[in-house]
Amino acid sequence: MAPDMVTVIDLVLLALLCATAIAIILVRQLFAVAMLTGAFSMLSAGLLVTLDAVDVAFTEAAVGAGVSTVLLLGTLALTQRRSEETRRRGTAPALLAVILTGCALVYATTDMPGFGDPGAPGFRHVVPEYISGSETDIGVPNIVTSVLASYRGYDTLGEVAVIFTAGIGVLLLLGRRREDEIQDEARRSDSGGEG
Amino acid sequence: MRHHLVLRVVSKLLIPFMLLFALYVQFHGDFGPGGGFQAGVIFAAAFILYALVFGIDHAREVLPERVLRYLVPAGLALYTLTGFAGIVLGGKYLDYDVLGSTPTAGQHLGILLVEFGVGVTVSAVMVTVFFAYAGRTRDVDEEDW
Repeated sequence: MAPDMVTVIDLVLLALLCATAIAIILVRQLFAVAMLTGAFSMLSAGLLVTLDAVDVAFTEAAVGAGVSTVLLLGTLALTQRRSEETRRRGTAPALLAVILTGCALVYATTDMPGFGDPGAPGFRHVVPEYISGSETDIGVPNIVTSVLASYRGYDTLGEVAVIFTAGIGVLLLLGRRREDEIQDEARRSDSGGEG
Repeated sequence: MRHHLVLRVVSKLLIPFMLLFALYVQFHGDFGPGGGFQAGVIFAAAFILYALVFGIDHAREVLPERVLRYLVPAGLALYTLTGFAGIVLGGKYLDYDVLGSTPTAGQHLGILLVEFGVGVTVSAVMVTVFFAYAGRTRDVDEEDW
């Protein structure tokens, strides 16, 4: 039996994800690493599209591949652009722990319900009510929107508050320049003007 | 990036469509994929692209930081106040049924308002964070990367 198209795309994307991850570990040039993390996010966005989670794919592409790559580059410009060589001793126990955890996780997936299985426990509690209610009570065809904004309005309010807090935090830490930096800048532009 | 002619031309062509697409994702979220979060990040991404290609100073002229500073809490406030409107009109907090003439119309209005609040806060926070980083970055020569 020939594998269907989605499986082939999934395999290709996962293989590329692995290759990108390995490249991120090996490359020392941090500019390249920042770009590779962008590529990693773009590939994840592709995988999310094959899972029909287009909303999440949008966010992953815009935030993961776009904004956060730019922020990483900004950080590199402020700090340094090469990572130091790490010592490669004592990696065997770490590798063993990772392999064991990975095997345990793969073993656990055999107990999970099939992808999109309507009888899965997660779909039996409130989900039928949401699915029928989204059509009759709310009248919004996109169930994701009705769950996010109406049924789970409190959760979304909390998420927006988290984003708000994060923004304020960054603004407080990085938004204002320190006195000595402003003076430095003034001195530099003064000397630049004279020269 | 003064000499990157192709980048400048292509981004100038693309940015209006990115902003329009963000608005489409925002206000069409009831029917298609998307909503406030997605629209916010797409809007911010378009804006950050503009800042990268045409310079942070031009971007600051388009969206000054004192405006941003009001937009960040404005979205969250819109969300919270929509919740309180439900109480004032006799329902529960974040109960949109009472906002419109019929429960369904109220739900539509409530979802529209809170999604817009989400979009405003998300895009404003993204651009604020970008400005905070970019404002401290010295220009790095392209050879030095």
